[in-house]
Amino acid sequence: MSKIAKQIKDTATSVRTKIQRRSKPTLAFPLRSLSNVKYHPKQGFLQLKGKKKVRTLTVGTVKTFAQTLRMMSQAKTLVEDDEIMTKREAYYVSKNWEDARFDEQPESDTVIDDIEALFQVNREQLGFIPEEKGGEVAGKLIVIDRDSDTNKPLRIDCTKFGSGAYSIPISIEHLKFETKAKFVLAIETAGMFQRLVKHNYWRKANCILVSMGGVPTRACRRFIRRLADELKLPVYAFVDCDPYGMFNIYRTLKVGSGNAAHINRYFCVPKATFLGVTPQDIVDYKLPTHPLKEVDIKRARDALKNDPFVQHYKAWQDSIRQLLEMGVRAEQQAFAVHDLNYVIEHYLPEKLAATKKFLP
Amino acid sequence: MSIVRHVAMPSGPIPTYDEGAESMGKARKKLAKSKAKVAKKVGKKKLRTSKKTKPGLAKATKKPAKKPAEETPGKKDVPRHSTAEDMAKRQREISVAEFFTKNRHLLGFDNPRKALLTTIKEGVDNSLDACEEAGILPEVRVFIAPGKEEERFRVTIEDNGPGILKKQIPRIFAKLLYGSKFHRLKMSRGQQGIGISAAGMYGQLTTGKPISITSKTSRNKPAHHYELEIDTKRNEPRIIADETVEWPVQRGTKVEIELEAKFQKGRQSVEEYLEQTAIANPHVSLQFVTPNGETKTYKRASNELPVQTREIKPHPYGVELGVLIKMLHDTNARTLQSFLHSEFSRVSSRVAKAICEKAKVSERSRPTRIARQEADNLFKAINQTKIMNPRTDCLGPIGETLILTGLKKQIEADFYTSVTRPPAVYRGNPFQIEAGLAYGGSLQAEGLARVLRYANRVPLLYQQSACAMTRSVLNTAWRNYALSQSAGALPSGPLIIIIHMASVWVPFTSESKEAVAHYPEIIKEVRLALQECGRRLAVFIRRRRKAAESQRKKAYIEQYIPHIAIALREMLDLSKRQETTMVKQLTDVLERSRS
Repeated sequence: MSKIAKQIKDTATSVRTKIQRRSKPTLAFPLRSLSNVKYHPKQGFLQLKGKKKVRTLTVGTVKTFAQTLRMMSQAKTLVEDDEIMTKREAYYVSKNWEDARFDEQPESDTVIDDIEALFQVNREQLGFIPEEKGGEVAGKLIVIDRDSDTNKPLRIDCTKFGSGAYSIPISIEHLKFETKAKFVLAIETAGMFQRLVKHNYWRKANCILVSMGGVPTRACRRFIRRLADELKLPVYAFVDCDPYGMFNIYRTLKVGSGNAAHINRYFCVPKATFLGVTPQDIVDYKLPTHPLKEVDIKRARDALKNDPFVQHYKAWQDSIRQLLEMGVRAEQQAFAVHDLNYVIEHYLPEKLAATKKFLP
Repeated sequence: MSIVRHVAMPSGPIPTYDEGAESMGKARKKLAKSKAKVAKKVGKKKLRTSKKTKPGLAKATKKPAKKPAEETPGKKDVPRHSTAEDMAKRQREISVAEFFTKNRHLLGFDNPRKALLTTIKEGVDNSLDACEEAGILPEVRVFIAPGKEEERFRVTIEDNGPGILKKQIPRIFAKLLYGSKFHRLKMSRGQQGIGISAAGMYGQLTTGKPISITSKTSRNKPAHHYELEIDTKRNEPRIIADETVEWPVQRGTKVEIELEAKFQKGRQSVEEYLEQTAIANPHVSLQFVTPNGETKTYKRASNELPVQTREIKPHPYGVELGVLIKMLHDTNARTLQSFLHSEFSRVSSRVAKAICEKAKVSERSRPTRIARQEADNLFKAINQTKIMNPRTDCLGPIGETLILTGLKKQIEADFYTSVTRPPAVYRGNPFQIEAGLAYGGSLQAEGLARVLRYANRVPLLYQQSACAMTRSVLNTAWRNYALSQSAGALPSGPLIIIIHMASVWVPFTSESKEAVAHYPEIIKEVRLALQECGRRLAVFIRRRRKAAESQRKKAYIEQYIPHIAIALREMLDLSKRQETTMVKQLTDVLERSRS
């Protein structure tokens, strides 16, 4: 029996023992919120402080309790049968559970996240795989994969996709890499990625381009992490200048998320730094802006108040205050106001000339 | 002249109608057509009254008016200004009957539908008053039979009351403002002595048929049968038939009136009136036969007659200046002090003396002299002197138990409560408020609560929004009592609210007795009664909600526990039997924690 299956069985046994002793069974989950994470600059990622949320079986919790146990049972089957299931599929399987079924997928996702936290593993290890794609790569990188039929190594040259790109698979632990590039540029939007690929920016700058497509997926973060660790490459993030780009995208890439802190050790890129767009860039490059939305302001204030990562870096606090003071945000495509390729010809080279000045 | 054609029918003798009755008949016959005519008439009337009020002129012409004035020659068609003599010709006494013929809406005969209800209401109220006063448990039967013509009905109200002496019958039924109730202060349904004769008059005006009365006062005596009309000009009865008949009952009175009416069900119908009467009068047995021949019975639920109430003299605080002057004129008392002492309640000789001193008049002065010269001072003095509140044993509330009995008899609900407030006083008149609630059960869950208003046990069906009782319901914060209520509206939910005001003199806003006037004391008492009922209702509703919640939780537990057991069986490879045991154990654990 695998380690994880045994863990599940042990938990089930403890629940049963409680019931047999006529006392209320409990499940203890690590609290999944920013208030239960701390930032270790040395280790470089957000990790759990150890606060636990004990879910006791009561009238109010009986439904979720039943659903959690049924989902655990499902995970045990997946692990034992070496099968996988997307979160969407898990939601549909629950439709067999009569009264205990989930009405909407977010409910089943939460329960899966709970179980993941309960056993301190990532959900892939439980057999649950995400729906989302991992991100795209172009530039000076050779990925060594295996042919799933012949098991022979496959050398994938990421310079040879033309105007297309290499797609990061969901599971990347088996991949190996070769490169002569100097750094990795992680880009928020597919649009900017396309522009840089179209003009072979990777050749000019001697780098690897990664499109994150919003908040990077776990696979994408893991992929970049391995590039950074194994190839000893610096990682620069190039995102929109707004609280979402800074704290949902960049912060998650660098130190992981508060919500899944139990797995951050694998899914973070502590070496990443923030190329732009910074609030100062808006001033320096005279970028057209939009006013900050209500949610932006709320997110920025929340980061100042609650985010252990932000609290550790004064530079970030200053930047947020500057942004709030300006009351505006700017997108990375805003450079098009000067010239379509202004970003390639001026902005990126100028910024890359002084990587030491990047925000931490 | 449609009215002439109409009354010339062979069935009855031809009454001579005066001008007032004639125009009344016209207006009735072709209502739609005569709209313009009516408008014209109104205009004319206005003109006349405005001229009449020229003071000097009217007075000066009063004497010569007795002799017929000479016709002034002139062109007939051209309208011209009237002389004092012309006007004098038209000036004459207006009888009460004439006045009400023209203003029948004041008595509740606005339209055929309401006329039917008012007629039955007046008849039933009289029957119940008479029975109770004679100590007889009332049995009242109401028949509505369709008449020969459309929109005509023959209404019969029959009771087992004490009967009426032969010589009294004509005046009671065919003379307005004749009766036993106006001159005394005693709690009774009728107050003025207008109702039943007005109903008879309405029937006479709309169908030309006389009112028919049969009455028997004891088993050994024969029954008298009368057919009566009102001479509207003189306000005197005119006897059409007077005979002795066989009536196989012990005693009682039967009134028959044929009238133009409209029979309808639902809100403000005869049926609603009878049902509400049955609620507030559980000692009454009612039978009702509709024009379609259906019989509805409201059975007696209590053999307890209402307590006989005491008649009281007026309290000084409740007397108006005009009434005071009239009383000073009419009294037999020789001195002012004895007048005050003997004609009012709660005025001892000492208090009477104090009033006289305050008014700066001698307690030995003659009341008639005071009436002319110093009534105003006396009136002010009365209101400045501290006088004890009137005695309250003149009130006969229904009582909390009988309100419940009445509610339970007619309304199927889950919760009933009732409150009888202690007596209180408005403007010198004692009164007492009672309230009751019925909630849930067969009552409609959607929509607003129903309010049943009663004055001296008589249901009030019209003018709900103008009534002080309704005001109090609206002003009560029902949300405090677990009910929902929009701002300025009645509470909503499966609720019936009944409010009863018992008083020697119920202050109605009009003669048709539909709404109670807004005296602050009355509004306050109603509110206090409702609040008490509301508190009890809230306890019931909250308890029921809690029970439902607990039931819901139990069902919820039973719904999900099996899944915990299934999951554990799957994970731990348990047997079906072990799974069942676990369901039991788990249910046990949760049930225990719940209580």
